[in-house]
Amino acid sequence: MVQYMPPRCDATFAALSDATRRGVLEQLWRGDASITELAERFHMTLTGMKKHVGLLEEVGLVTTEKVGRVRTCRLGPGRLEDEMAWLDAYRRMWAARFEGMDAIVEELKQREKADGRQD
Amino acid sequence: MDAKTDPAGKNPTTADRMSDRELVVTRRVNGPAHLIFRAWTTPALMQRWWVPKSFGITLLSCEIEARTGGKYRFVFAVPGTEQTTSFFGTYLEVIPDAKIVWTNEESGEGAVSTVTFAERDGVTLVTVHEIYPSKEALDEAIASGSTGAWPEQFDALDALLAG
Repeated sequence: MVQYMPPRCDATFAALSDATRRGVLEQLWRGDASITELAERFHMTLTGMKKHVGLLEEVGLVTTEKVGRVRTCRLGPGRLEDEMAWLDAYRRMWAARFEGMDAIVEELKQREKADGRQD
Repeated sequence: MDAKTDPAGKNPTTADRMSDRELVVTRRVNGPAHLIFRAWTTPALMQRWWVPKSFGITLLSCEIEARTGGKYRFVFAVPGTEQTTSFFGTYLEVIPDAKIVWTNEESGEGAVSTVTFAERDGVTLVTVHEIYPSKEALDEAIASGSTGAWPEQFDALDALLAG
């Protein structure tokens, strides 16, 4: 059995469910910041802040870039809405295909039945 | 998933991004697996459903060598021009009535697609799984609006599907 990761939007909602992480996004909306600055701002350890930023980064809400010893965080492309729209279009494309297939499978079923009767 | 937008009386289709680089589509089809496999591997049948009629895109030809290691090539007419363009790849695995795995080779960053057919009481659960080489490749496909179903220039999906 294949173990799938949860759908991406669930992961995004989970990332947004934490007050600190929402605060980090708000802070980054005002301007880029290093992990150290964010840790100080939210009175956290570096390790703790790295975890929060890591979760936001996983779902694309934040991107980070390490220059020298400083990791700078900025808001990610925030593609959630585009992605949901694309996924819906993709789903509708397949729905339309399957509709065409329904008709073909129905036809093939009738043909098999007719052939069966002839035997 | 949201089944409300499917045509009345049709079985719902689901589509999810299962991970950074995977998409999964499911749909129940009211028929046995061997007929769905036939619809997926017979050029004359494939030509009738792969590009939905309402899309106004013409699939000119379908070559399908439905065996492990076989090739496929779909040729499309570019609307409003004399040009054609094609989609092609290799069947990595073909298990009659159960599973088809194929590559999408028209771009270097194409997905590997798998479809499986699970039949129960005359109804078949069709699961399409597409895995991209990287998160970036899938993000790029989404950003470009491409669905990997036919050449990108046709992929104004929203416009095609409107109404």
